[in-house]
Amino acid sequence: MLKALLNKEFRQIFRNPSIIRLMLAAPIMQLILIPLAADFEVKNIQLAVLDWDHSTYSQKIISRLGASGYFQLVETPKDAATAQEALDNNRVDMILEIPQRFERDLVREDEAKVYFKADAVDVMKAGLAINYSGQIIQQVNQEIREDFVQLPRFNPVPMLNISTQYWYNPGFNYRHYMAPGILALLLIMVGSMMCALNIVREKEIGTMEQMNVTPVKSYQFLLAKLIPFWLLGLVSLTIGLIVCFLAFGLVAAGSYVTIYLFAMVYLIAALGIGQLLATFSDTQQQATLFSFFFMMMFVLLSGLYTPIESMPLWAKSIAWANPVSHFVDVMRSVMLKGSTLYDLKYRMFWLIGFAILFNVLAMLNYRKRVG
Amino acid sequence: MPQILKTFSLNYCAHKTKIQMSNIIEATQLTRVFGKFTAVDHISFSVKTGEIFGFLGANGAGKSTAMKMLSGLLLPSSGKAQVLGFDVYTQSEEIKKRIGYMSQRFSLYEDLTVEENIHLFGSIYGLSKAILKEKTDALLVQLEFVDQRKTLVSNLPLGWKQKLSFSVAMLHEPQLVFLDEPTGGVDPITRRQFWEMIYAASAKGATLFVTTHYMDEAEYCDRVSIMVDGRIAALDTPKALKTQFEADDMNEVFLKLAATSNLKII
Amino acid sequence: MKVFLAFLKKEFRHVLRDRRSLAVLIGMPIVMLLMYGFALSTEVKNSRIAIVDLSKDEVTRTLIQRLDASRYFTVTEYLDNPEGADLLFRQGKARAVVVFQEGFQKSLLHTNTASVQIIADASDTNTGNTVAFYISSIIRAYQDELLTHQKLPYRIQMEAQLAYNPQLKSAFNFVPGVMVLILILLCSMLTAVAIVREKETGTMELILVSPVRPWMMIVAKAIPFLLVGLINVAMILLISYTVLGLPMRGNLLLLVAECGLFVLLALSLGLLISTRTDSQQTALFISLVGLMLPSLVFSGFMFPLENMPLPLQYISKIVPTRYFFNILKSVMIKGLGFSQVWKDTLVMAGMTVFLLGMAVRSFKMRL
Repeated sequence: MLKALLNKEFRQIFRNPSIIRLMLAAPIMQLILIPLAADFEVKNIQLAVLDWDHSTYSQKIISRLGASGYFQLVETPKDAATAQEALDNNRVDMILEIPQRFERDLVREDEAKVYFKADAVDVMKAGLAINYSGQIIQQVNQEIREDFVQLPRFNPVPMLNISTQYWYNPGFNYRHYMAPGILALLLIMVGSMMCALNIVREKEIGTMEQMNVTPVKSYQFLLAKLIPFWLLGLVSLTIGLIVCFLAFGLVAAGSYVTIYLFAMVYLIAALGIGQLLATFSDTQQQATLFSFFFMMMFVLLSGLYTPIESMPLWAKSIAWANPVSHFVDVMRSVMLKGSTLYDLKYRMFWLIGFAILFNVLAMLNYRKRVG
Repeated sequence: MPQILKTFSLNYCAHKTKIQMSNIIEATQLTRVFGKFTAVDHISFSVKTGEIFGFLGANGAGKSTAMKMLSGLLLPSSGKAQVLGFDVYTQSEEIKKRIGYMSQRFSLYEDLTVEENIHLFGSIYGLSKAILKEKTDALLVQLEFVDQRKTLVSNLPLGWKQKLSFSVAMLHEPQLVFLDEPTGGVDPITRRQFWEMIYAASAKGATLFVTTHYMDEAEYCDRVSIMVDGRIAALDTPKALKTQFEADDMNEVFLKLAATSNLKII
Repeated sequence: MKVFLAFLKKEFRHVLRDRRSLAVLIGMPIVMLLMYGFALSTEVKNSRIAIVDLSKDEVTRTLIQRLDASRYFTVTEYLDNPEGADLLFRQGKARAVVVFQEGFQKSLLHTNTASVQIIADASDTNTGNTVAFYISSIIRAYQDELLTHQKLPYRIQMEAQLAYNPQLKSAFNFVPGVMVLILILLCSMLTAVAIVREKETGTMELILVSPVRPWMMIVAKAIPFLLVGLINVAMILLISYTVLGLPMRGNLLLLVAECGLFVLLALSLGLLISTRTDSQQTALFISLVGLMLPSLVFSGFMFPLENMPLPLQYISKIVPTRYFFNILKSVMIKGLGFSQVWKDTLVMAGMTVFLLGMAVRSFKMRL
């Protein structure tokens, strides 16, 4: 009986062109579009400079900022009001003001100030802009100091040498960072939303009623819906991985087998969620809204977009209960850091747990008979 | 010991074991409410084995709801009912193994072919591959669908879909078949052909439970019940009803019934 | 006119009876706002770091304690040597490893230099960068303390001011984003689906041959969603103001007017989609993938526009949400007036007219 049902599902899916299009087009589009667009690297910070000093040192600061690659000197306004207006109108992101007598104060008084004013509407950008400027100012400061003070072999003052190494993504390639997470997002979209819509569609048309009056058991019906979408999900994943390679040159640092193992379990969980949502929806519109809502919530709280560590305790606890957060971490760890199945074994346990939980819930909630 | 054998035969030879009883359906005070609205109001009736039982009434009178309760799609709010000797509350899955069902919307899969639909439902009711093949071929010949074997159901004209639906419902030779408004929107000739199929099934020993709002189809039934506003207003053979209400046809019976009941016809 | 009102009543009933959809439509913005307001932030807090202390002396202990005490970090592991870093990162147990050389304090006393190495997990690039920066800042702060009696000569002090958002509330960026999302969802997607549903069930034909004019049906379908949309906007603004502490700086009237314009634009898009699709599934698919996704991605809400490769930036110029998002930010957060947003408004108005025209033409043709 299951075989007959599976037969039916596969035939229906392949005869429906829009499903195929979605399975093929969606991964490609999403994978190409989002990592390309999602460049959080803060570069090209538009800077307006009010240099009242016009000294060597002020020029040094300005040129160093420009040469850093982070900043673009776009405006040199005549006065503070014009600068403010540029900030208001989003023409610049930050204003640097170097007061008169800057160089003189620095040399004579040992201390001088520079003023930065950043557009903090985008908190991250402002934070990083200030961080970067801080780093550059420190560097310039050190150089100026060395001009004056010949540092002997032994430092007159204690100095700590700090060296920094960046592992796994030393080139700060944002695409490599985003792509694994997008793959996780993709799978849950395909899994939950498509499966849910498919089931609810049968409800809407009336064929589900016909099914319900036959001896077909709930688990058989749901299983027959799960398997084809599971396979399609794996196909989407494969396409996604290929696109990652072709478009971004991203090759997994770890084992692809690990990726597929995790993906298989994750998909079962995602499909379970979709089926569970379908049992609560009567129309395709409801199913879409529900899946969209849950997907949104899961994805936002998954650490894909913002780090889980920064979340308050209650949100962090939710992250444990969120299959997407587990899988996003798995994808990133395996693809970028080369983590192994053993490294991530706890995540596997969680994912297996979810897979079982959601599917069992869906089965229990699926009523062949309306109460 | 006999109990075990009975259970065994019930479970594994469902479609072969013929239930011997005089009343294949028995309903007592069967009721279904939706919130404040009572769709089926304490109806009591029984259907004899082998008869063609018509369940008539205006749209919204509660016919489909009653049928859904009997076929295990809807849980009754109160009352009792037995179908094929099984209790609708606790044994609905047993009922489903032994009945055929054709719904208002025909409910075949539009994006599957004729052959695929037959195959699917045949497998669901446990027909073996060999038997299924035989039956499929026979069915296609009988319906004159041989050329349409690989046609998608969505491409069939309405009348053909309807005949196919009925045949699929009969595929596993159920003793009891539920037909919910089977002839909606179809031309009179096709309707006539459809009823011929019903007669043929009845001749083979099946009991048919048909709901419809076409009063003239009542003439084709052995017995008829007319539902008005959730209650059974009349139950008898067509002939007896016509005599009782001094009417020439069932239409008149219905109108007179409605008039005497002082109920608003929508 | 009476016919129109009857239709309107019917449509309202449809929308109000679908309690599940309503629950999501009203609940989703609230949940999203709360999440963004209280859960999501790009700030670095309580990051897990590991220490390799090859020296284990007073100085290193002090530094380690400083790191642990700061709200940015929590020291979770102590490794014996830096080789363990790879495994730690792979297991996701730390964001950075700080390595203190052997004989740290001794070296500092005798040669006035000592080395610290920071290894940061840059698979999450921005966070990795920030974490490294904070660690080095803390260490540098300690260095400054060592010089209590001697200040480094020639100090450049940096003073930074945060404009518009001194408390660094991330809310400012996402409240407009949530509004955009909800309005597109409501006014475009649901309206399109509602109209297509009539087509699918065949009742569209009934309407077209009845005395009901097509425009009546369309307007009647749009109005309930429009109202729910405006209620949503009001609710979002209210929550942002009270719960999230977002100041309402701009002209409220201007804000409402701009929202109204955007709603009209979204409705035209919905109408256009409905004229070109025949099934609900397709309408949903196109709305989600063809409309919602680009609207979110290209609006500047989720990802910074200026970082996008040039071709994508050009694409964003024809995506209406980009302009609306800009307007929202300027009016709501920066408190600017019409004189600053008129250009964007003009573009939006132009788009609305164009889309509406196309939709109407497409509708007439499909008849």
